[in-house]
Amino acid sequence: MSWLLVNPILIPLLTAVLAYMFRFNPAGRWISVAGTVALLLASVLMMAEVLEHGVIAAQMSNWQAPFGITLVADYLGAVMVVITAITGLATVIYSLAEIPERLERLGFHALLQVLMAAVCGAFLTGDLFNLYVWFEVMLISSFGLLVLGGSKEQLDGGIKYVTLNLVSTIMFLSGIGLLYGVTGTLNMADLHLAVREVENQGLLTTIAVMFLVAFGVKAALFPLFFWLPASYHTPPVAVSAIFAGLLTKVGVYAMIRTFTLIFDHDVGYTHQIMLWLAVLTMVTGVLGAAAMNDFRRILSFHIISQIGYMILGLALFTPLGLVGAVFYLVHHIIVKANLFFVAGVAKRIAGSTDLARIGGLYAHAPLLAFLFLIPAFSLAGFPPLSGFWAKYVLVKAALDLQMWFVAGVSLAVGLLTIYSMTKIWGAAFWPAHPEGKRPRLGDVPVGERLALMLPIIGLALLTCIIGLFPEPFVQFAETSAAQLLDSTDYVTTVLGVQP
Amino acid sequence: MELLLALTIGILVACAVYLMLDRNVIRFLFGLILLSNAANLLIFLSGRLTAGAPPLIDEGLYAPTGVVANALPQALVLTAIVIGFGLLAFTLALVYRTYRSLGTVNSDEMRVAEPVAQEARR
Amino acid sequence: MNSLILTTATRLLVALLLVFSIYALLRGHNLPGGGFIGGLIGATGFILYIVATSAAEARAALRVDPASVAMVGVGVAALAGLMSAFVGQPFMTGQWLFLFAEPGEKGLPLSSVLVFDIGVYLAVFGGILTLVFALEEEI
Repeated sequence: MSWLLVNPILIPLLTAVLAYMFRFNPAGRWISVAGTVALLLASVLMMAEVLEHGVIAAQMSNWQAPFGITLVADYLGAVMVVITAITGLATVIYSLAEIPERLERLGFHALLQVLMAAVCGAFLTGDLFNLYVWFEVMLISSFGLLVLGGSKEQLDGGIKYVTLNLVSTIMFLSGIGLLYGVTGTLNMADLHLAVREVENQGLLTTIAVMFLVAFGVKAALFPLFFWLPASYHTPPVAVSAIFAGLLTKVGVYAMIRTFTLIFDHDVGYTHQIMLWLAVLTMVTGVLGAAAMNDFRRILSFHIISQIGYMILGLALFTPLGLVGAVFYLVHHIIVKANLFFVAGVAKRIAGSTDLARIGGLYAHAPLLAFLFLIPAFSLAGFPPLSGFWAKYVLVKAALDLQMWFVAGVSLAVGLLTIYSMTKIWGAAFWPAHPEGKRPRLGDVPVGERLALMLPIIGLALLTCIIGLFPEPFVQFAETSAAQLLDSTDYVTTVLGVQP
Repeated sequence: MELLLALTIGILVACAVYLMLDRNVIRFLFGLILLSNAANLLIFLSGRLTAGAPPLIDEGLYAPTGVVANALPQALVLTAIVIGFGLLAFTLALVYRTYRSLGTVNSDEMRVAEPVAQEARR
Repeated sequence: MNSLILTTATRLLVALLLVFSIYALLRGHNLPGGGFIGGLIGATGFILYIVATSAAEARAALRVDPASVAMVGVGVAALAGLMSAFVGQPFMTGQWLFLFAEPGEKGLPLSSVLVFDIGVYLAVFGGILTLVFALEEEI
């Protein structure tokens, strides 16, 4: 049992070591591919165990909770690890064609694997300080990936990304320190019980808001998101895609975890703040996207707007709201990574991501145009794709609470999403290329074409499957939301006693 | 002693915020260093101050004897210092590379990734 | 830096620091010391070498790429955790082997904890030198 939980962290870590040793050798990249396939298998095995038992936990080094570090996987944690492995595999395959040998020699694959280990660690840990450590490992590897190669744009974006994320890290650390001071424990399951005995509830709310700010920066919430659109369009596309898919979602995950398990003492206050932040995030994100003229920068702003939806689900704090949040989280990782991949292929064959300088993709690369439409429509929430169900559940949750305004805003934001997708379509796909170029997929060598298109097709297929057969996924999200709202299972499994 | 440490943390944070408001990235970095030290002290303080021996267990025993300091916050602070050190060293290297590449440490002039021209067009 | 005193003293000091770093590493399990502090002391030795001579000479003296040392360290630490798999205990549980043990006498205790510490030592040593070289070689 315990190894099922360790594997998703250990496999990418060891793969990183091997990939770094072989970084001057083509074998390095295949080690990376093999390691990610192994990660996917390990995460699916873990998922099977979670589906059977509900929540599984493992105590590291045989130190019993709450004294040692516990790894826990409930439905939410397990599905996030699986989706990490899927996105990771897509990214690694895509990078075979996109990442030049120069970057591989600098240790690209090792950094990518360390990033995946850290993301899996963050999803699986049951200890707040351990979560901080995984956040840091994730940060330092993402710093490396972001500025790898060191072009001017990358360094410029890197400065903003690094500095703002460090501030959030310190905020998180201070929150942990204060929380330890008030409760005397850092095990999340133990904290769930300990916060109920804290006399000074006002202090607890203050700490909760510190966590909100810290995770808000990571998740790119309004008004803490400025690092994201400044940096996400600068690195290689493979890096952009995995960042866009996973990194902000780790912040969202941490927020869902802490604000359901630990800080649910004053929902009227904390979740009310979150609700308005979520609404503002949706609106500012989509307005930013509407104002941009670059493929990847539009997509970057869309990440922000979509984060708003997920936090909205958490802020509503009803079973249906959390179902929406979990469903949205999973759907969005797939769709957003895929859109970045499409942007990368467009850049490769049409020469740029600046919408004014590309065109003709529909006429010369109809397959790519079709594959763009699937995630784009899914993002905007068209039936029968995955985004429709995600938005539908969330809007329904808001309407159930008679929050007409919130529901109205989230629908309007969907409309604006379509507007900016149309903008991409109307500039990159529909008109002829301004320089008369013929951007054809056939011009890319066969092997590279396969590596570029395989992840896009795979992820698009996944979007369609979730969209056409939403029933099992919604059921899964329902169980997950039930686990989040009622932490008894989680606490009992970790601590081994009835609370 | 708690009061003294709390005041120290306050002063450190105040200085850090002042430095971080500067457009000069180097000063921002110095602010960040102060802030991370303030956070470390905060963890140390929230573990309560005790005038005790180092938490080492003598041979043959299973628990320390007498009054010992709380080891957990110290372990946390040590981890945080290590991580903070790594991140700040990386950031310093990054700022230096950026200065060599862009020729400025003024964050207002760093507009390569988000060019003004691109936004003014339309 | 061109100082005769420093360059002469460095030769002795680097060797002393490296030996002392291994001493700190080995003493770490029961007394203050350990892989992290040992790695720092070892790295200090080479940083002193960089200051006294040059980054290029220090790199030549190190012979291996410090980043590789760091990655090997991470791998060694992870493998130390894996040792408990063979006896069916959870990840990272300490495994002990008492060589030449007699009743009342522990002999030579070897443990997976020590292997983990060696991994930490290498990771810290390599990681810090990577950063220092990166800063030093730019200037």
